[in-house]
Amino acid sequence: MKLLVCVSKTPDTTTKISFTDNDTALNTQGVQYIMNPYDEWYALVRALELKEAAGGTVTIINVGPADNDTVIRKGLAIGADDAIRIDTAGGSAYFVARQIAEQAKVGAYDMVFFGKETIDYNGSQIGAMVAEMLEMPFISYATKMDMNGNTATIARDIEGGQEIVEVDTPFALSAAKGLAEQRIPNMRGIMMAKRKPLNVVAPIEVSDKVSVASYTLPPAKQDCRYIDAENMDELVNLLHSEAKVI
Amino acid sequence: MVLVYTSSPEGQLKKSAFEAVTFGHKTAQQLGTEVVALTIGNVNNAGVLGQYGAAKVLNVAGADSFDSGSHAAIIAQVANQIGANVVVMPDDSTGKSLLGRVAVRLDAGSVSSVKSVPDTGAGFVVQKNVFSGKAIAAYNISSDKKVLSIAGNTFPPEVVGADVAVEAASVDVPANRVRVKEVNTVKGTVPLPEAELVVSAGRGMKDPGNWGIIDELAEILGATTACSRPVADVGWRPHHEHVGQTGVAIRPNLYIAIGISGAIQHLAGVNQSKTIVVINKDPEAPFFKAADYGIVGDLFDVVPRLNEAIKKFKAAN
Ligand SMILES: Cc1cc2nc3c(=O)[nH]c(=O)nc-3n(C[C@H](O)[C@H](O)[C@H](O)COP(=O)(O)OP(=O)(O)OC[C@H]3O[C@@H](n4cnc5c(N)ncnc54)[C@H](O)[C@@H]3O)c2cc1C
Repeated sequence: MKLLVCVSKTPDTTTKISFTDNDTALNTQGVQYIMNPYDEWYALVRALELKEAAGGTVTIINVGPADNDTVIRKGLAIGADDAIRIDTAGGSAYFVARQIAEQAKVGAYDMVFFGKETIDYNGSQIGAMVAEMLEMPFISYATKMDMNGNTATIARDIEGGQEIVEVDTPFALSAAKGLAEQRIPNMRGIMMAKRKPLNVVAPIEVSDKVSVASYTLPPAKQDCRYIDAENMDELVNLLHSEAKVI
Repeated sequence: MVLVYTSSPEGQLKKSAFEAVTFGHKTAQQLGTEVVALTIGNVNNAGVLGQYGAAKVLNVAGADSFDSGSHAAIIAQVANQIGANVVVMPDDSTGKSLLGRVAVRLDAGSVSSVKSVPDTGAGFVVQKNVFSGKAIAAYNISSDKKVLSIAGNTFPPEVVGADVAVEAASVDVPANRVRVKEVNTVKGTVPLPEAELVVSAGRGMKDPGNWGIIDELAEILGATTACSRPVADVGWRPHHEHVGQTGVAIRPNLYIAIGISGAIQHLAGVNQSKTIVVINKDPEAPFFKAADYGIVGDLFDVVPRLNEAIKKFKAAN
């Protein structure tokens, strides 16, 4: 099986967020970058497990500038066979999806893996877009997946529970917690990653339909109002007459 | 024209459908046009969508189980038939796999989890939370067609009209390639993403056998229960209750956090709640910084007392 895993680079979860250029760009000063956790822990590891069980190749793909190579090399160190980086500063979800789809068509993959969302823009759109461009079935928020020949049985999160579906290859999915367990790259993996192929390709021309006009920070939270632990009547009154939630 | 796709798990329209039509109605008013609602499959009482502003309700029969591929094809055909410039859908488990597909089919710009009615003063600008709630981005969509999914619990349903008749839409219904085998959902409670009141507990509970006071609180409030990640990881609580960055992201009117420290990854999933109450015995717990109301105390004393106070309040009101 040929497996493609789409990975992105995101600011670490604990990053303090601020903006520059008149609030139109993220202030990247001091920001620590990581591989998007859903891509790394769940999508990539599940792809590697499938390869280990049934053979095949795992290719990582990333849309971004040369700075992203550290994140890509980490994916190779965890166990991917090779990588493709589409060399561009990036753009909207649609822009990124078009770049990935273009390469994915060439590779004729059996499965394309995404994380359920990136932890920076929380868009959760690219997987569905690429699936549509490749005319593949798409299963979002997959938490469990078993293969039997060319048929996958997948559990996916829905409101208040889960749905179990069956789908034949080729297909695309987005990975959520439960699909696999995080793997830490070992020394051998890190050494081998240096020699694995990382193919840098030129982007295709895509005009963006969506752009960020500006960013704002949420209004500062009012200070917490403390209520005496003995006086729950007061809390209930406040929830009723002040917060108006009960 | 504004087209609103409404999801209807097991044939039932939910609050998310009424929210989406309310959003669609407000958007249509701004654009000086009308809103048409679309239901797919066998749906009970779809005419009720007229109450939330739908001028017309269309139904496509014969695609009862969910497959984003065939559903996206249906939505795009209907959008083209009625000449929709804006397509709206809920940001739920259906919207998350449909939004991108419909956008590609219609060659439309798309934004997910929108939290503001479009500002059409200069362009077409919608707001969305980014960086897990740590910032808000205003997106401008420049294409003729726009596809939006809207954040849950953000646009309260507003009744503005009366039931309308449901008309059948005639489109090609492609065969499903995803075969739904089972749907396992909790019955009798509101699913977390839709819940207005949420009672959540964490490792401070010490033992799964101690959850009785939490269940009681949820029951007397009519709230849905949630939990922190470690509690779900060790199997004290079911996986679907886990909220936070890696779990479900929610925005209820009231979130009561009991014995949860308030780690940044937990807050990422709950910081959009309108009112947050924190019960924790550690006055230094980070959660108090995100709280509206805080109670420093032992949860095993405080929660039973809170339960009594709510019972008293409910009896009097
Ligand atoms: C990448 C990443 C993603 C993560 N995603 C999530 C996520 O989605 N959701 C999530 O919840 N976590 C997530 N975590 C874990 C998170 O960092 C915290 O470890 C976790 O939220 C802590 O859970 P807790 O508050 O229940 O437990 P603890 O941190 O152990 O806190 C227990 C709290 O209970 C209080 N307490 C104890 N006894 C009592 C008592 N008798 N009365 C009152 N209070 C009491 C303590 O003072 C303490 O504040 C993630 C971590 C990482 C690294």
